[in-house]
Amino acid sequence: MEKFETLTGIAAPLPLVNVDTDMIIPKQFLKTIKRSGLGVNLFDEMRYDREGNENPDFVLNQPAYRDADILISGENFGCGSSREHAPWAIKDFGIRCVIAPSFADIFFNNCFKNGILPIALPQEQVDLLMKEAEKGQNARMTVDLENQTITTPDGTQVTFDVDPFRKRCLMEGLDDIGLTLEKGAAIDTFESGAQATRPWM
Amino acid sequence: MSPKTLYDKIWDEHVVHEAEDGTCLLYIDRHLVHEVTSPQAFEGLRMAGRTPRAPEKTIAVPDHNVPTDPTRVDGIKDEQSRIQVEALRANAKEFGIEMYDVDDNRQGIVHIIGPEQGWTQPGMTIVCGDSHTATHGAFGALAHGIGTSEVEHVLATQTLIQQKSKNMLVKVEGTLPPGVTAKDITLTIIGRTGTAGGTGHVIEYAGSAIRELSMEGRMTVCNMAIEGGARAGLIAPDEKTFEYVKGRPHAPKGAQWEMAVEYWKSMRSDEGAHYDKVVEIDASEITPVVTWGTSPEDVLPIDGSVPSPEDFQGGKVDAARRALEYMGLEPGTRLSDIEIDTVFIGSCTNGRIEDLREVARIMEGKKVKDGLRAMIVPGSGMVRLQAEEEGIAQKLQDAGFEWRMAGCSMCLGMNPDQLAPGERCASTSNRNFEGRQGYKGRTHLMSPAMAAAAAITGRLTDVRDLA
Repeated sequence: MEKFETLTGIAAPLPLVNVDTDMIIPKQFLKTIKRSGLGVNLFDEMRYDREGNENPDFVLNQPAYRDADILISGENFGCGSSREHAPWAIKDFGIRCVIAPSFADIFFNNCFKNGILPIALPQEQVDLLMKEAEKGQNARMTVDLENQTITTPDGTQVTFDVDPFRKRCLMEGLDDIGLTLEKGAAIDTFESGAQATRPWM
Repeated sequence: MSPKTLYDKIWDEHVVHEAEDGTCLLYIDRHLVHEVTSPQAFEGLRMAGRTPRAPEKTIAVPDHNVPTDPTRVDGIKDEQSRIQVEALRANAKEFGIEMYDVDDNRQGIVHIIGPEQGWTQPGMTIVCGDSHTATHGAFGALAHGIGTSEVEHVLATQTLIQQKSKNMLVKVEGTLPPGVTAKDITLTIIGRTGTAGGTGHVIEYAGSAIRELSMEGRMTVCNMAIEGGARAGLIAPDEKTFEYVKGRPHAPKGAQWEMAVEYWKSMRSDEGAHYDKVVEIDASEITPVVTWGTSPEDVLPIDGSVPSPEDFQGGKVDAARRALEYMGLEPGTRLSDIEIDTVFIGSCTNGRIEDLREVARIMEGKKVKDGLRAMIVPGSGMVRLQAEEEGIAQKLQDAGFEWRMAGCSMCLGMNPDQLAPGERCASTSNRNFEGRQGYKGRTHLMSPAMAAAAAITGRLTDVRDLA
């Protein structure tokens, strides 16, 4: 997994609540057997019309935000299906950090598995960052995972929480499966125990 | 020892390892795999030279992509869908995983066939790369959706790295009024608590109205725990649960059955167990409901009217405005005046035999309104066969419904069953998101009984008015 240490880039504002995974990547793009190439279809139904022409009003189509690295949105971001295609599309577009007041559980987990940092902040702080993100070319922010801070264009710093284990995995780009396989003996022991007490399972 | 909730018990029974910061390695008893969220996971295994740790605890079934017309056995026409189903077939074969293929009568929606084949049992941990895995919680199993990276993790290790969620209790006491079903319960709960109301929690549904539900009804309730934001939904197992599981192909047999039932009986919350959040609902106050907007929390009783954005606060004001525009609705319109084009009965929420029986009961002596497209998609081949044996299938076709093969169908529009732009659907599925059932399609969620009532009149209709 790609490491996440410090990210400096443009933050795009998407002030919608309940952004669902069907919005992030509509179902017709789930028919791939690869992880890559989904960025062009990120937010497809909001970003393009039926003929595939760009909707100029959509934030990621505006010149200042075409290369956004950070997305700022409303509460319950990523609700809906478990599709990991949602974070794959976000990452493939180039966004590596999503900031919102709250996230849906599965989406939140999926982000960490893909080198994306989801940050949940109180509504007032998201409102503040949203305002900063509306500054177009000047909406440059820095997300420092080690120190757990977001620095806005005018130098304001906001701190955030992150689970220590997930932080380490992101910073070191660790492979979860590799880490778990190191606990193979514990899994063996568990399975023998379960076989004795719950043999029908 | 302090009293534990059902969730606490299942969790504790499955912890393989706990780190100092509370991160746990949780053992997974059953892993369900479908064609859309698994190809990249199998590819990951291959690239790393890994193999599944317990293929016998894993089953595979194609459901999201498969067409529901009978000609599908001759091959899936859409190339990408066909490739995904072929990939699932090849992966299942390569790694020794049991597969219920498109031409198998036991094929169906993954969350319907798990219980049907007896794979789903109380006290288990069950995962699938699909958010509606919560369905299996109806058996008192801890069941939830995972992403594809986690699918790969479970395949390789039969475990998941997890942080424990909080406990939430949703208690529904009392008797449901006539015409009110499990779907109305679950939609009413989401309408009340919101789509983020359960975030960070596992919900246990309890109370006399939940106990009274059949296993099918309990599955409907737990299925939509995810729409309420919860990690999983749970209902403590009881005699109804044991009766449902007994004799199914993968259920415990003989002496192991007795052992299992003894164990399952302990799988209930202790008296005085602590819940971080409690919601109480009086069953007698629940009415038949429908959704009006593009979020499952946009729920109103059928005798209500379309709300105005000004009725809401905060970010929901803009969301409601956007939803009304998308849905083509004017504030103040009576819900029962909204005309529909299509009726969809099926999905992992409401594609079980009891749902089809209910639709047949409402349709008795009635017809689908002329000009409506009305389809019934049984949740599995076994449900389809049973409905045919019971004579329901014929009755429903005589009433004007299309009778389809099993699959996810129009619930998510990944197969040919889709809404056209602007087409309005009375749907028994679980999500009314923008574009969910087809580009610019308009979805109103409701119970099978309410969808049947809409099929008769051609508009959203209070099923109680048809009695």
